[in-house]
Amino acid sequence: MKYDAIIVGAGHNGLTTAGFLARAGLKTLVIEKNDYVGGAAVSRELQPGWTYSNCSYVCSLLRPEIIRALELPKYGLQVIPYESGATFDSKGNYFNYSSDHDALRRELIRNNPEDADGYERYARAVMRQCKFIKPLLMRTAPDPTSFNPRDISELLYIGKRFYDLGEREMAETVRFWTMSIAEFLDQYIKSDLVKVHLAGSGIIGTGLGPYSPGTAYVLLHHYMGEVDGSIGAWGFSRGGMGSITKAMALSFQDAGGEIRTGSGIDQFIVKNGRVVGVALENGDEFYADTVVSGMDVRRTFIEHTEQKELPEDFVKGVKRYRFRGSSGKLNIALDGMPTFPAAPKDARFLKGDLHFLDGMEELERAYDDWKEGRWSASPYVDFLIPTQIDPTMAPPGKHYATIFVQYAPYELANGTWDDANREAFAKTVIDKISRHSPDFKNLIVHKEVRSPADIEREVGLTEGNIFQGELTFDQLLFNRPVPGYAQYRSPIKGLYMCGSSSHPGGGVMGAPGANAAREVLLDLGKKIDLGAAA
Amino acid sequence: MNKALTPRPQMPMGALPAPFHDRIAAENVQHSWMNWNGYASPGVLDTAEFEYFAIRNQSTLFDISPMCKFRIKGPDAEAVMNRMVTRDVRRQKPGRVSYVIWCDEDGNVVDDGTLFRRSEDEFLLFCQEPQLLWIKDIAWGFDVEVTEATHDLAGFAFQGPTTAATLRDLKIKEIETMRPFDIRDIKIAGKKVMISRTGFTGDLGYELVMAPKDALAVWDAVYAAGQLRGVRIIGYEALEMARIEAGFLLPRVDFISSQTNLRVNRARNPFEIGLDWLVTFDKPHYNGKRALQRLAGVAPKRKLVAIEVSKDKAAHHALVYHRKTREVGFVTSALWSATTKRNIAYAWLEAPFGQEVKDDLWVEIYLQREIEWQRRMERVMIVERPFFVHPRRTVTPPLNF
Repeated sequence: MKYDAIIVGAGHNGLTTAGFLARAGLKTLVIEKNDYVGGAAVSRELQPGWTYSNCSYVCSLLRPEIIRALELPKYGLQVIPYESGATFDSKGNYFNYSSDHDALRRELIRNNPEDADGYERYARAVMRQCKFIKPLLMRTAPDPTSFNPRDISELLYIGKRFYDLGEREMAETVRFWTMSIAEFLDQYIKSDLVKVHLAGSGIIGTGLGPYSPGTAYVLLHHYMGEVDGSIGAWGFSRGGMGSITKAMALSFQDAGGEIRTGSGIDQFIVKNGRVVGVALENGDEFYADTVVSGMDVRRTFIEHTEQKELPEDFVKGVKRYRFRGSSGKLNIALDGMPTFPAAPKDARFLKGDLHFLDGMEELERAYDDWKEGRWSASPYVDFLIPTQIDPTMAPPGKHYATIFVQYAPYELANGTWDDANREAFAKTVIDKISRHSPDFKNLIVHKEVRSPADIEREVGLTEGNIFQGELTFDQLLFNRPVPGYAQYRSPIKGLYMCGSSSHPGGGVMGAPGANAAREVLLDLGKKIDLGAAA
Repeated sequence: MNKALTPRPQMPMGALPAPFHDRIAAENVQHSWMNWNGYASPGVLDTAEFEYFAIRNQSTLFDISPMCKFRIKGPDAEAVMNRMVTRDVRRQKPGRVSYVIWCDEDGNVVDDGTLFRRSEDEFLLFCQEPQLLWIKDIAWGFDVEVTEATHDLAGFAFQGPTTAATLRDLKIKEIETMRPFDIRDIKIAGKKVMISRTGFTGDLGYELVMAPKDALAVWDAVYAAGQLRGVRIIGYEALEMARIEAGFLLPRVDFISSQTNLRVNRARNPFEIGLDWLVTFDKPHYNGKRALQRLAGVAPKRKLVAIEVSKDKAAHHALVYHRKTREVGFVTSALWSATTKRNIAYAWLEAPFGQEVKDDLWVEIYLQREIEWQRRMERVMIVERPFFVHPRRTVTPPLNF
């Protein structure tokens, strides 16, 4: 069978690329190893009546341009924002982060009178960095060594934006991109509780601690999202994160695309330095002159491409590219709404993201455990009960808890991620939550435990790294994933990358997918159609 | 002293409390009230965005008691209504609602409203503007009684995907067979309620009407039942977002009643407004029919069109240009639509723009960015109303969305 284009992997980026290619008139096939589409944006019913967001669980980064151009709302996507969140400490206090400015100010003052003003300064500093970097997301990163007019003009674009910041802000930007989140926050915030609440976004998904350089940027990456122009806001995808990829799949199929699930790729078929198709594990072969991989860079080039087809320096670059899975996930079906004795009855912030930490030291200790091959004895958790807002994920009165857990190493010092270790990992997390919510444990109807190894096996994310590779400065922009190959093209003619291993990186954003589609179409003498979003 | 000379009460100024005032005030942390037809109506209770998302994701309560309401009863009730509105009321069966407009002799729109046929000889008409005299003028010589019911009926809109599930929890079995625009008489908390599957949001939803003395009991029962399904009281700002997405027009915002305009050229006919689908000529004489027949044969001088605008800044109050230079119209309602992720608006365009000429149209958007104003020219695409369509609005029996 011959197609114009084949996409490997039906995650959100693969489906984004596929959607744009199909809309440009290409006969496009998507292949997926699992029996269902979604990749890490997937919703499955493992306990009858409950729908989980099995991997990714909140939505903000998904680019509105993509939602609009692929008409995802028409295919069922609804993104619903949530209002606030909180961090509980072990002494019975909490800090409630609220999207309401007045409530936030009052709460900051309650924790430390100086932090209300300090937070305003912090927020301004972060927003300035956001404004600088955000326009780069939906653009292909320029190659600094290229004399191609487009690269030069893109470099000039970035250079001018940088220069326009002025000397002091330029210095701030460089500091920001290289600093640790803890030290960045120390400049502005006094309260340990407030600080550690804000620091969470700096370490999520990353094998670094709050005092590691580079974590300030990771925080920025999480702030770049928006829900309807409200920058930094986060929301749920109604019906779970799988609704995003379901909508993308329907949009793609409506544009004439074809999806084959149930068999993954064995090898990219390469002839005379050019890709000609894919051979699947089940023996099927499909042919196309354009093949786009949504898999991460290691899977794509080390596991599914013959090494002799690749230049040595490229293979070296791929091999040194860091993944380092650092997080696990628990999905829990609850028989009712757990109570939090430290929170007032019907506290609105229980509808948002909840955390349980005393301060930065606890977070750094949690990281120390990871370095030694253990999951954190007192982990960072990002705990949400979306069913308080989304009525579709559990029966009325019942609830679903999504619990992101950090740190959890890919390789354990004490053995492998077998059932005993997974159960012990879950127990650590549940015990910690139970210290703040005594009835939580007894409400558990069903749980899904996912270690980094499970995430790698099921979703295909190497070492369970949720971003398809760490989001540190050495692996960003024109260095992502490999210097000289940051423009979605690979050393093999016709073979492209569209996953989060490429610029601008992970999160359910879709930007790598859209950017890759633009480059593919450019090579075919066509233009990506962003419609009214452009 | 003349005993008749006792003080007579002076009418109060400002907005009066509507039937659900206490319940709404208890949740109105922003203390935001608007004056709607003399009643205090909430603008926003806490955050317009979250109230809006409750319409599209959960369920919502909105007090519609301040609407103008009229009862038309008697052997000639059908004839009177058919003489007034542009649709064929003879085809509207008892137990059905229809969206109607009525016009003056020149064919210009007086108002729009929802017409509830309660029985062969009784109608209720809900609309924005006072119409008692207009209906009475039409009814002159007919065997019919026209009364104002604005203050005799309380009501609220119950809108959103989980409304049917909530009514199901309340054991309202009638909803299983109710199609859009159906009316049923039910009981909630032991009180008589007229329920219709109608609304201003374009989503699954109902409107509930009851006697003012029963109003709080019904509201409380629905609000309590809705707790597990995310019910939320909403204000006008959230409803306004949903109504633009749903493709509904608002008198005084998108067009002006031909009975209130001072400037004679402000009156608009159904062909201009894009409501020609409500006009039928296949029925006996009605107000404006002759003028409408004449207007149907000529191209409208201007048109209210649905537009999509490039980028994401809503085109509030923007002027519309052809080729970025010639002014050809203006925007009436605009919204960044959070559900459809489209930048949408309604605009009046002078012919031939928006009709034969649809290309190279632009809106001029002014944005204030930390004091400084910026001017943006964005592309305009003529599109179809409504912007938001969801199958859950019409599926019967309604599902537990």
